[in-house]
Formats: sequence, structure tokens, C-alpha cells
Amino acid sequence: MKAINRRQAFALGGGFVMLTLMPMAADAEVTGDAAKWIEKFTGGKQAAKGKISLDLPEIAENGNTVPLSINIESPMTADSYVKDVMILADGNPNAGVATLSFTPLSGKAEASIRIRLATTQNVVAIAKMSDGSLFMEQKTVKVTIGGCGG
Amino acid sequence: MADKPRIKLPKEAAKGEVIQIKTLVSHVMESGQRKDAQGKAIPRKIINKFACEFNGKPVFSCALEPAISANPYIQFDARIDEAGTFKFSWTDDDGTVITAEEKIALKA
Repeated sequence: MKAINRRQAFALGGGFVMLTLMPMAADAEVTGDAAKWIEKFTGGKQAAKGKISLDLPEIAENGNTVPLSINIESPMTADSYVKDVMILADGNPNAGVATLSFTPLSGKAEASIRIRLATTQNVVAIAKMSDGSLFMEQKTVKVTIGGCGG
Repeated sequence: MADKPRIKLPKEAAKGEVIQIKTLVSHVMESGQRKDAQGKAIPRKIINKFACEFNGKPVFSCALEPAISANPYIQFDARIDEAGTFKFSWTDDDGTVITAEEKIALKA
């Protein structure tokens, strides 16, 4: 809830600049390694927008541990549920972050983990539903101190 | 490293209730990308899989990559239809498995 309020406040404050930049950010191409992961996960099918709410800080001071929460709209019944959710970070040396597998027994398609981000980049989540449909969401996180060591 | 995983969930739930489960296990999650003082790569050692079962049925699982922070924290939900036992397992790259169990009762 807090994040949404902050985002709204930011959108209001940022005004025109944000309005013009937002559509570009949302449509940004996923680059390099991440595209291969997506291809493997989706089998080349196009993922639709929506259903997923991905919660990440806009600015992560420490890339070693960035909290990530995901929530996907679904009744989570035996007939209709979220099966797998792949999370990718397109600027990491290895784009894969995690693949979450839910079942109807999960009750809600909701999870939180803590991830490492090497640099400022896009975090992408793709959900595969039990009927095979795909949904995708992405968010840019600014990272002050990278979290992949070295 | 042999620390017991920490798991937080309610002791009892109403039938059909969706509860939240929080887990934390101590692990270095060495990514394999770091180098030691001599410039040699430190070999990768991470928990690559986490799974949760309830009365033998899968509830939630995830495959983890090196991009997961040290001491992986995983939070998820579960729907409780009956009393029973949750089984949790964390699988290490070297094949060792850390396991834990938690019981939950139905609210009278």
C-alpha cells in the first residue's frame, strides 16, 4: 500500500516529465541474457500486461539485498491458478533470479524474497497461468551500491 | 551454517483460511562471481531449490539463482483445509538438504 502512495505522490510531483517518460520505460526492450530466459520460459509466446503487481524499491541503496514482493491476481482454485512465475534482472551477470511455483494450495499467488542487483536495471516478472496464458510486468530499480561483489 | 531455519506461521487456522508463512535460513549464497584476494574465483555455493509441502502435497516451491541474497528469506501463503504438517526443504548446490517441519491445527 505504502509503495503505491509514494508512487502516486511521485507521479504528481514529477508531473509532466514523468508523464512523458513513463510509457517509454514501460515498453523498454529486455536486453541480452534476459531475453533468452524469457524465450525459454514462454516458448516464444507473447505475454500480456497486467494481473501482476511487482513491488520493489525505486532506489535500492544496497544491491546486496533488495526486497521484492509479487502479487498476482488469480482465484487460485484447482481450475484456475498461477503456475510458475519467473523473475529476471536484465542487468545482472546472470539474468535469472528465481522461479516461483504455486499450487492451488498456496491460496494466494503472493510471495516475497530478497534479491541481489548488480546495477541499476529492470526487474521482470512473467507469470504462467494454469491455462497457459502469460502475463508480464517490469520495473526499473536504481541501485546505489551493486550487489554482485567482485 | 548448521543454524536451524527460522519459520514463522500461526499455530492454528480456520478451515479454508489463507495463512502467511515466513522462512529464513542461514546460508552464504556464494554467487560464484566473486574473487578472493588472490584473484581466484570463489566457487558457487547456493541454495538452488526451496520447497514446501503440506501433508505430502506441494504448496509452494521455487528455483533459486545466485541473484538471491545471502540468508534467503522467502515468504508465501498457504490455504489450510485440514490440520497437518508443513515440510520445508532447502537444497544446497552440494546436495545437502536442510529440512524443517511445522504443525498447524484447525481452530475449534
